[in-house]
Amino acid sequence: MLSIENLHVSIGDKEIIKGLSLQVPAGEVHAVMGPNGAGKSTLSYTLAGRAGYEVTEGMATLDGEDLLALEPNERAAKGVFLSFQYPLEIPGVPTLTFIRAALNAQRKARGEGEVSAPAFLKLAREAAGKLKIDFDMLKRPLNVGFSGGEKKRMEILQMAMLSPRLLILDETDSGLDIDALRIVSEGVNAMRSPDRSMLVITHYQRLLDYIKPDRVHVLASGRIVASGGPELALELEAKGYDQYAKAAA
Amino acid sequence: MAAVTQTVEHVASLEGDKYKHGFVTDIAQDFAPKGLNADTVRFISAKKGEPEWMLQGRLEAFERWQAMEEPTWARVHYPKIDYQDLYYYAAPKARAGPMSLDEVDPQLLETYAKLGIPLREQEVLAGVQGAPRYAVDAVFDSVSVTTTFKKELAGAGVIFCSMSEAVREHPELVKQYLGSVVPASDNYFACLNAAVFSDGSFVYVPPGVRCPMELSTYFRINAENTGQFERTLIIADKGAYVSYLEGCTAPMRDENQLHAAVVELVALDDAQIKYSTVQNWYPGDSEGKGGIYNFVTKRADCRGDRSKVSWTQVETGSAITWKYPSCILKGEDSVGEFYSIAVTNGRQQADTGTKMIHLGKGSRSRIISKGISAGRSSNTYRGLVSAHQKASGARNFTQCDSLLIGKHAAAHTTPYIEARTASAHFEHEATTTRLSEDQLFYAMQRGLGQEEAVSLLVNGFVREVLQELPMEFAVEAQKLVAISLEGSVG
Repeated sequence: MLSIENLHVSIGDKEIIKGLSLQVPAGEVHAVMGPNGAGKSTLSYTLAGRAGYEVTEGMATLDGEDLLALEPNERAAKGVFLSFQYPLEIPGVPTLTFIRAALNAQRKARGEGEVSAPAFLKLAREAAGKLKIDFDMLKRPLNVGFSGGEKKRMEILQMAMLSPRLLILDETDSGLDIDALRIVSEGVNAMRSPDRSMLVITHYQRLLDYIKPDRVHVLASGRIVASGGPELALELEAKGYDQYAKAAA
Repeated sequence: MAAVTQTVEHVASLEGDKYKHGFVTDIAQDFAPKGLNADTVRFISAKKGEPEWMLQGRLEAFERWQAMEEPTWARVHYPKIDYQDLYYYAAPKARAGPMSLDEVDPQLLETYAKLGIPLREQEVLAGVQGAPRYAVDAVFDSVSVTTTFKKELAGAGVIFCSMSEAVREHPELVKQYLGSVVPASDNYFACLNAAVFSDGSFVYVPPGVRCPMELSTYFRINAENTGQFERTLIIADKGAYVSYLEGCTAPMRDENQLHAAVVELVALDDAQIKYSTVQNWYPGDSEGKGGIYNFVTKRADCRGDRSKVSWTQVETGSAITWKYPSCILKGEDSVGEFYSIAVTNGRQQADTGTKMIHLGKGSRSRIISKGISAGRSSNTYRGLVSAHQKASGARNFTQCDSLLIGKHAAAHTTPYIEARTASAHFEHEATTTRLSEDQLFYAMQRGLGQEEAVSLLVNGFVREVLQELPMEFAVEAQKLVAISLEGSVG
């Protein structure tokens, strides 16, 4: 379970998140929706441990363990995975090499042995098959020259192979056409499990047609201003964020 | 403030520890008297039992050198070198010149074992696990101590020996080719080398022979205050092929040491030479104290039609690197290639690149240069691509990428292009990027530690060049690049 209490985050002198509290129990999918500039990406980067996002107050734990004191790679080893809104290109590093290095680094941090080459390839083939990714593509440098949709699929592929406990999807639907959206969503849905928490961050309701959330939270001006069931997303779609932006201001 | 000091100390300690070859071998050595004059030159020549024609060549070079000025055009800075304050010859006592392994001082064998250099052919032949199969010429300060696999190579007609031995045993080849690519008059350091060079490797591959194994020379500077001036000459006769690798290390010392080598390659019709360097001379400490001045002239003469020479270099060491492995593309349809990785960290300075001189019709060249600068270092790519009037249809492709790590490193690119024929086709691409924090964060979010992430990203950056190295050296070079950059981020 992900638990966030009274979180305050600043970038430089500017406070972006102003007392955010949120609980995502294991087995549940929660959506965080909000207008541009509400602090959605700040929330995901803060949970992943990006430098420059200074936590001035509050706490965040995963299954009772403090996340905020850990380095990004230590959080990854504890099971935090962030699917980036804009996945990075890694020139010269084949996708398989990258994922294998990451997987082994995580396993090492957890005191587990390295994954064997055959076991790794099997894992990669299965994951690629489910996401309809041509296996040869995994021999190319990660994300270099890939389309927006391909990059998002690569994020989900990594997610499936690294098997995290907390999944954070940051605007995963941006830049996806309908077909790609369906494939990506199926990939995400396949990962729903009783021991995983999922945080789906999105501006639009569209993604939630495919990934059904248990709870929906509205983030505005750095705080959760409303929470409800899936119907809240539909209401937002119809009425927009204006009412909340005003309420938060 | 305390955190900053700690980080600086941490980096400093890494600088000291990370150079793994900094030990000194305590062994009795013969020295020439300190300083440089005509008698020093005579001393060296006499030590090697050289014929009169070699001595005369050396003395002429020495005379010429005295009238020359040290070049200052490179983007490197160092205090003036006192050439009278150096030793020009240092050799482990006992018999000079190469010998069989049983005769070599066990301390020397231990030194090379520590460096991971396989001198024991029998282990290789016996199939000892992990023993790579390549012939080695081991040069310790001024002399070659042993050359392995000579018999097997001789069976194929390949001559692989120290330069001293070549002067004695193959004077006709040495006379014909020595100085024919890099004449004594070429430049200040090449001229100095022609006067005082002590040893180095000699390779001759006869017509139509494909050299049956990788050849390599391992250079080790050990003695204090000693310049190393080795000379390498490789000749691939018509239709021959040879792949050659040099590696270099030196102890950690507070004073700077001079290394001024000359390498000459000659490729006749349809011949191919692949020359790879993994240069890991001591780079000095994080404050720029000590380290090797690596002032080297390397040139290949592709004088035969359809001849081909590839230079691949991985430069991670030395306080200062000044070298431009070049190809003179005389033969029709001859090919020159230059693949380079130059890593600088701490206070290292590198001014390196290549020259591709197109003289022959249809000659082609390719340059891939990857410079990585970290710490407070400076890294310059300097290259010349030129086409003579007669070099119709000459082609060059140059790609020159620089990667900056941290905020205090510098990268420079200085390409010169001259085309005297309208049919030449030259392409030049260049990029400079900073190791991006976004990429680092991305890799770390996936579970990689910071050093691991840097190493992975840097290896991605240099992959194109690593692929050009022989397999086992590529692995070594990859590790070396990672070690050189330890502590450069954060």
